Amino acid sequence: MAEAVYTGTIDREATRANTRYIISRVVIYGLLAIFSLVYIIPLFVVVFNSFRTLPEISQNGLIAFPQSFRLDAWPDAWSTFCIGGNCEGMQKYFWNSVKMVIPATIISTLLGAMNGYILSKWKFPGSEIIFTCMLLGVFMPGQIALLPWAFILGKIGLANSVYGLILVHCIQGISFTTLFCRNYYVSIPDDLVKAARIDGAGFWRIFYKIILPLSPPILIVTVIWQFTGIWNEYLYGVVLNSGTNQPITAALVALSTNGTNVRVYDVMSAAVLIGALPPLLVYFFGGKYFVRGLTQGAIK
Amino acid sequence: MASLTIRNIRKNFGAVEVLKGIDLEARTGEFIALVGPSGCGKSTLLAMIAGLETITSGEIYIGDRLVNAVAPKDRDIAMVFQSYALYPTMTVRENMEFGMQSRGVPKDEQKSAIARVAALLQIEALLHRKPGQLSGGQRQRVAMGRALVRDPLLFLFDEPLSNLDAKLRVDMRTEIKKLHHRVGKTTVYVTHDQIEAMTLASRIAVMHQGEVQQFDEPQVIYDSPANMFVAGFMGSPSMNFIPGEIVSDNGRTAVQVKGVDGPTILPLTASHAARLNGSKQVIFGIRPEHVSRSGIGQKADIATIRAPVEVVEPTGAETMAVMRLGDQEITGRFDPDVAPVMGETITLGFDMSHACLFDPASRRLI
Ligand SMILES: Nc1ncnc2c1ncn2[C@@H]1O[C@H](COP(=O)(O)OP(=O)(O)O)[C@@H](O)[C@H]1O
Ligand SMILES: [Mg+2]
Repeated sequence: MAEAVYTGTIDREATRANTRYIISRVVIYGLLAIFSLVYIIPLFVVVFNSFRTLPEISQNGLIAFPQSFRLDAWPDAWSTFCIGGNCEGMQKYFWNSVKMVIPATIISTLLGAMNGYILSKWKFPGSEIIFTCMLLGVFMPGQIALLPWAFILGKIGLANSVYGLILVHCIQGISFTTLFCRNYYVSIPDDLVKAARIDGAGFWRIFYKIILPLSPPILIVTVIWQFTGIWNEYLYGVVLNSGTNQPITAALVALSTNGTNVRVYDVMSAAVLIGALPPLLVYFFGGKYFVRGLTQGAIK
Repeated sequence: MASLTIRNIRKNFGAVEVLKGIDLEARTGEFIALVGPSGCGKSTLLAMIAGLETITSGEIYIGDRLVNAVAPKDRDIAMVFQSYALYPTMTVRENMEFGMQSRGVPKDEQKSAIARVAALLQIEALLHRKPGQLSGGQRQRVAMGRALVRDPLLFLFDEPLSNLDAKLRVDMRTEIKKLHHRVGKTTVYVTHDQIEAMTLASRIAVMHQGEVQQFDEPQVIYDSPANMFVAGFMGSPSMNFIPGEIVSDNGRTAVQVKGVDGPTILPLTASHAARLNGSKQVIFGIRPEHVSRSGIGQKADIATIRAPVEVVEPTGAETMAVMRLGDQEITGRFDPDVAPVMGETITLGFDMSHACLFDPASRRLI
């Protein structure tokens, strides 16, 4: 008899705990769903608007469920729309950005890996001071360097050119890439380098035979960071370059401040999405490596 | 011929002097152990021999060549690290090839060297694996294999066994000894484990605070330690140290120590007495195995003393007992059959021919 009562209590306790668990789950998932919506709705609005007709947008407002479906805004935005008197759409600016972001990402990442390797594995008197100076770049806002860059690019004949922007982003990016790589490389045991030195390998052979093969996690992080940062950068693009030499971010702004009174929301939406696509793709394909790389040490 | 000569080597890290004038020499084929407590500068000395640390002052010769300014790769050495330092992205085979590739050894020579060493260390089955897929013991073997594929003048080992568990450590110790016997290369072996040093080395350098305390054959170091540090460091349990006073007992020189029933006289052997040279105060040192129950396995020079037994620690093969002598504890090593029991007061016999006397001021052997 006593046993039966005992079991009964346990059952009641268990049910109560179970209910509490379910309630807490519902609350958690509910909150998560709300926050996801808050983040995703602007994207939906832009995607919808790129497929709606202009009259419908002006009639029902910007935020409304689409009543029509039309693809015209996309080719318009890509190749025929007039921005600042140039009627070739976004394509020229898109390719400007591609031509800028790929070399700048590769070069700044390789320089960061190189610097990180030297500052962690080949320390020399004063190397810590150099590292500290490079770190300052991480905390320095880009605006500070704006005028010096304009001056320098003018002097070396790279004003208003994509190559000028490549140079700027390589140099501006070195602080971050060096910090990432150096902090990753300090977790690689020094004994590996010592063993390799005894094995007869020199500076470069150790770098590409031992350090680089251990580097994919941090290189992926650095590449994603640099790619999205440089692609989305606006200030240098708009100040240092003009006309058809601007990157896509600058062109997007030019598009929204177009002289005419009519707001071409459909084309603008499509243009924004074209501009956002590359970083989005990079994130979709590299995102999980990004998180993994940030949390992983060099040697498991 | 000497394969390694070290002359008055000093090393400073900033203002800290880590090595204070080291002199060592290894004859060809010899196995030298550098032993000492952690932080005494063993690894630093080894890294200087390897060329991985700069030399503050002094000279290092490998063979007949002064190598102070020679790069590690040109010193004709191979090294095994405590962390093994296997290249994590390479297979075992690639790990062993790496050094030969760097030196441009012909492909077929590389192949035969790897085959020879893999057979020697029985790691053939592991050649295609990555270090991450190996157990600790296997990694250790591979690390040795990587050193052995070359045919260097000098092998350097930095605590190669200290990351292994106790059982494996003993097995690998034997293995290293066999290996050295077969390969016959001059070896410098760093360890903090005095048993490793004793079992492996042909000569041991005992280091403490950046200085070599004694450099000699294992048995000499064990029987006649140069000072109290060496005496205490080498041997486990440690040598017992008992302060005493030199007295004359019926014309025979003896040392008088505090016993359980007041002062006790321990008569010294003639050779000890001859070396005293007028010392009055001494530290009397006796190893646990030279402390026995009086009357058992009786030898010539036995001095007896009574002591209460405080702790008894059986280990199976032998039993350790801690006894009280005045304000001092001493440890004895007994055959389990005749081991004392806790609380008992027994009469001990000190084997005086194996005792050591130290000067209390200089702490050196008299
Ligand atoms: N790079 C270094 N900079 C400053 N001090 C060091 C450095 N390397 C070792 N030391 C110091 O030198 C002493 C000896 O170190 P080490 O040779 O590693 O000792 P062991 O190998 O005998 O344990 C230690 O006190 C250590 O702190
Ligand atoms: Mg060490």
